[in-house]
Amino acid sequence: MKILVAVKRVIDYNVQIRVKEDGSGIVTENVKMSSNPPDDNAIEEAVKIKESGKATEVVIVTVGEEKAQETVRKALAVGADRGIHVKADGVIEPLAVAKILKKIVDKEKPDLIFMGKQAIDDDCNQTGQMLSALLNWPQATFASKIEIKDKKLEVIREIDEGLETIEVHIPVIVTCDLRLNEPRYASLPNIMKAKKKPMETLNASDLDVDITPRVQQIKIEEPPKRKAGVKVANVAELVQKLKNEAKVI
Amino acid sequence: MSVLLIAEHNNKELRPFTFNAITAASQIDTDLHVILIGDNCEDVAKSLSKISLVKKVLHVEAKYYANFLAENFAPLVVKVSENYSHIVCSANTFGKNLMPRISALLDISQVSDIIKVISPDTFLRPIYAGNALVTVKSTDKKKCITIRPTSFDPCELSGGSSPIEKIEATNEFSSSKFIKREEVKSDRPELGTARVVISGGRGMQSGDNFKLINAIADKLNAAIGASRAAVDAGYISNEHQVGQTGKVVVPDLYIAVGISGAIQHLAGMKESKIIVAINKDGEAPIFSVADYGLEADLFEALPQFLEELNKLNTIQK
Repeated sequence: MKILVAVKRVIDYNVQIRVKEDGSGIVTENVKMSSNPPDDNAIEEAVKIKESGKATEVVIVTVGEEKAQETVRKALAVGADRGIHVKADGVIEPLAVAKILKKIVDKEKPDLIFMGKQAIDDDCNQTGQMLSALLNWPQATFASKIEIKDKKLEVIREIDEGLETIEVHIPVIVTCDLRLNEPRYASLPNIMKAKKKPMETLNASDLDVDITPRVQQIKIEEPPKRKAGVKVANVAELVQKLKNEAKVI
Repeated sequence: MSVLLIAEHNNKELRPFTFNAITAASQIDTDLHVILIGDNCEDVAKSLSKISLVKKVLHVEAKYYANFLAENFAPLVVKVSENYSHIVCSANTFGKNLMPRISALLDISQVSDIIKVISPDTFLRPIYAGNALVTVKSTDKKKCITIRPTSFDPCELSGGSSPIEKIEATNEFSSSKFIKREEVKSDRPELGTARVVISGGRGMQSGDNFKLINAIADKLNAAIGASRAAVDAGYISNEHQVGQTGKVVVPDLYIAVGISGAIQHLAGMKESKIIVAINKDGEAPIFSVADYGLEADLFEALPQFLEELNKLNTIQK
């Protein structure tokens, strides 16, 4: 069984982002970049399945600028076998990413596709579902537990009401929740070894996919700031203020 | 052209965010139709037709629609989409799972999680966990939109009598099967729509200690929330998580207890009307968004809080 994991390079989750003064975007110069956090869970799950002997190969794919390769290398350093970097600059919308990934899937023919449930930059939560639509495959979104049962997966999904269990036939796409597993860290020797693992580089423009954005970003702005509050001395004062000043209890 | 909203329900009644989504969809175009896909959900169709903002109800039933699998819903919505300029649903786990599947089948670039309708093709939406707002204009002819329910008021539930049109089901998608849903039954208000929310974080130290929070929630008729750290640590189950990858809540009163206030948590609660933070670390970032901050040990503060509430003659419910 072959597993394809799609990853995205994003601004690190610990960075307090800044909006450009002219409203054209987010400041990315000299800002720490990392892999999208739930994508790390997707990588971990794929590597664990391979280690259990149920998969033979884990392939990592990313779509993005030159430096997006770093995200693929990081995945190779924790146990993935090879990488594919589809080069593309600027805003690539989820639908375009899904179309690019479909081209890769047509060639690689994986049995399982894993990715994070959502990217923490654009917060779209679309790509996995879109890819499964384009492939007419089942989708198991927001997965917090995956069990392989012969030609099927049993997946526990985190939903608003609690947990849902579904059974999906392979081939299938799984989008991973942060609670799926605990991603491991790469050791230094493995980081060195990862540099020698194969990495294929393609250009999005060579894949015969229209990636022109369909949603124009007119303006990006900071949200309104909350005005500073007060510190209260004790619980009695807190309850008095909630009752008589804020009038919420 | 008209707007088509996909209703979220449990085959017995509408889920409450459908009412917020109806308000949002009617701001795009007043000719609003709602599609109800389910099994044995006649009563839900009737309650939809009574909503004054709804001009028509499309009702379709099949056994395999009972559990809302996107693989079954998407081809049906695509089939009826021809007469509509916009397809809309809530940006909760129901809509997040479903809408992109519809959108890709229609070759439309979806606009997710809008918080404001500026015009029928232009919307405001948060990005980077709400640390930036982007005004976007969709250039697709037809649009697929998910709306953030807490950014729109719920609609009136009466005043209408729109026609209910029965439509044909599409085929079952055989490679996906629903097994079970584990819903935690609670007498407390729903987290997403509660007037008061009290949330615990890593500072609670154990699941057992959440009983301190429960006691106050009982008193205030509050829903119970949690930070991701508390859910990850197993103190409380996932449906309580508030934040970028959990739920977004906008209550009148949000009480954060033992929560440091990572940007991912703030993303889920910073639009609340009044925010209270109780934390022993005076430097915790949660205090930067709190209207009232109490620097205290929560294990002393929570019992005192309950005691003070008990002294009050009346408490709003």
